[in-house]
Amino acid sequence: MKKISIYEPAMCCPTGLCGVGIDSELLRISTVLNKLKKSGVKIERYNLTDSPMQFVTNKVANKLINEKGVDELPFIFVDEELVISGRYPTNQELAEYLDISVHFFEEDLKEAELDFPIIK
Amino acid sequence: MIQDFNPQNITLTKYMFYTGKGGVGKTSTACATAVTLADRGNHVLLVSTDPASNLQDVFDTELNNKGVKIEAVPNLFVANLDPVEAAAEYRESMIAPFRGKLPDAVLNNMEEQLSGSCTVEIAAFNEFSKFITDEHLQLKYDYIIFDTAPTGHTLRMLQLPSAWSNFISDNTHGASCLGQLSGLESQKEIYRKAVETLSDKNLTTLVLVSRPEIASLLEVERASKELAEIGVENQMLIVNGVMSSYDDNISESLYQKQQIALSQMPHKLKSTVTYQVPLRGYNITGVNNVRSLLIKDKLTFSNEKIRAESIPGLKAIIEDLHKSNKKVIFAMGKGGVGKTTIAAAIALGLSDKGKKVHLTTTDPAAHLKHIITEAQGITMSHIDEEAELKKYREEVLFKAGESMSPEDLAYVEEDLRSPCTQEIAVFRAFAEIVEKAENEVVVIDTAPTGHTLLLLESTQSYNQEIERSKGDVPESAKKLLPRLHNADETEVVIVTLPEATPVFEAKRLEEDLRRAGINNKWWIINSSLYLTGTSNQMLSAKASNEIEWINKVDQHANGNFAVIAWRTDEIKGDNLRSLLL
Repeated sequence: MKKISIYEPAMCCPTGLCGVGIDSELLRISTVLNKLKKSGVKIERYNLTDSPMQFVTNKVANKLINEKGVDELPFIFVDEELVISGRYPTNQELAEYLDISVHFFEEDLKEAELDFPIIK
Repeated sequence: MIQDFNPQNITLTKYMFYTGKGGVGKTSTACATAVTLADRGNHVLLVSTDPASNLQDVFDTELNNKGVKIEAVPNLFVANLDPVEAAAEYRESMIAPFRGKLPDAVLNNMEEQLSGSCTVEIAAFNEFSKFITDEHLQLKYDYIIFDTAPTGHTLRMLQLPSAWSNFISDNTHGASCLGQLSGLESQKEIYRKAVETLSDKNLTTLVLVSRPEIASLLEVERASKELAEIGVENQMLIVNGVMSSYDDNISESLYQKQQIALSQMPHKLKSTVTYQVPLRGYNITGVNNVRSLLIKDKLTFSNEKIRAESIPGLKAIIEDLHKSNKKVIFAMGKGGVGKTTIAAAIALGLSDKGKKVHLTTTDPAAHLKHIITEAQGITMSHIDEEAELKKYREEVLFKAGESMSPEDLAYVEEDLRSPCTQEIAVFRAFAEIVEKAENEVVVIDTAPTGHTLLLLESTQSYNQEIERSKGDVPESAKKLLPRLHNADETEVVIVTLPEATPVFEAKRLEEDLRRAGINNKWWIINSSLYLTGTSNQMLSAKASNEIEWINKVDQHANGNFAVIAWRTDEIKGDNLRSLLL
């Protein structure tokens, strides 16, 4: 099973709701990631406020942030490989990384768990 | 007959919280308790949690947030818990380990995120939790006395330990607003212990301080109820400034008004242990006056003469606000100086001149309705934190789209329950109200200084956040700070009393406004006994001592000031027009 790691800018809560504006992209990715996590996918989210140490210890992330700065965040890793920087993955992309059907994201989690053995 | 308050005859707990409406004498009674106990050989720590603390004036000593020894009172240490300073220290402790390890741009990003009002609140609250849970302090001091900010702000502070405790234990995706602290077991332990200490009868007393006035008694009743709900049940009431005799019209009506208020004591307070402190003829500044507050009165008369040829009234100010076409008018000042009444009078005055006026308040404890009604031609509103949070929640759910499953919804709602989300909801509401200045004059009665400074502080830090936000920021929020910075549109009228402490606080407020780039021209001195011409001995002593402060304000504001006489009748409704002279 693949692992997805996301390196994000400094933020308050994972949905961004305690910030000044409502970012619907952040809302989407937060709920999608939550759903994947609940289905057993390994998801790691590190942001600069909560986990700055991670930006020091992960050599690839550290190199990226030193070269590109905060404007290129978020960095998306699948296992140890950088796949995207500067934006969040779409549902389609996530489905491809994890080798699951994109319909997973449309279904209610309870049903999804029953019909859809996501963990292969 | 209510017994006089004397800390020597009462069994007191280690932790004492003095709370009540602004201007009732929380600081005076808390200081007098601290000095009396220290004089008897106890080790005492006195802490102000009011962002606009006056303890440095009372003890004439520069203070910090750790505790400074007071030379004139052996055994007494005093600290000012300044939230903005606490936030700066907190931010530095979070960022320092990463200097040199992460690029500057990244550290700036962290720093910006850690500058929001949420961080300020968390930092102040951590500092406060330390004071009530630290074992070293507990051993070092016999008594730790808290002089708190006016009610609204304090209720929130005392409720936060339970709010965060609950939030952390219910939260499944990390309470990120707490930053790196969120995962720490030790932090959870501190909050748990804070909740425990606050609700332990043998350790903690809530001292409700009130004037013998109906509004101020009602406000302590509310604080009493709300804090009992979170387990702070050991409570005591001190009625401060009680008059025992009268000999002219002014002193008689004051005496009668007090007696009526005391005879109509709110139900909940009747069963609370109650003490009184007599009205004194002197101001409670300097260690000597603090020492005698609970013991004896003394009358000193000042020979100073009024410097101005004539003392201007509110009319001059309204004329100027009208002519210069101000759109956003704030009434700011210390608690209890009469901001609400003055804001209502200004609104009415401008409305009488044909302006379309909206009157509002940012003070959760203020009740505009009790003073003025919409029937008088002005529209009114107030910021209801609960309602604003609900509105924000609905907007979020709407924006998130209908596609959300119940599971997603539950996840999003967790963040909506964060105490930080409440801050943002209030900020948005404030921005929306100021936005009304597009079409009408907005007159804003503010909460007492400390709370208002934090609101302005958060307006500035949110403005930075807005600039880099990828989210959907409301227009009103974007326009807020630029509008407040525009001196053609915005005026802050500073309201104060003819006494040392309110004038000192007003001067600090003025400096803060200047630093924030917000325009202030006018000063109002309210409740002047000098203008009443009283002949009562004690009141005329007080009146003679007002002159110094009226002159100082006159000089300081270059004559842009007005004085309003102290009144015995309740000023509301059409009666407000009697202030417009």
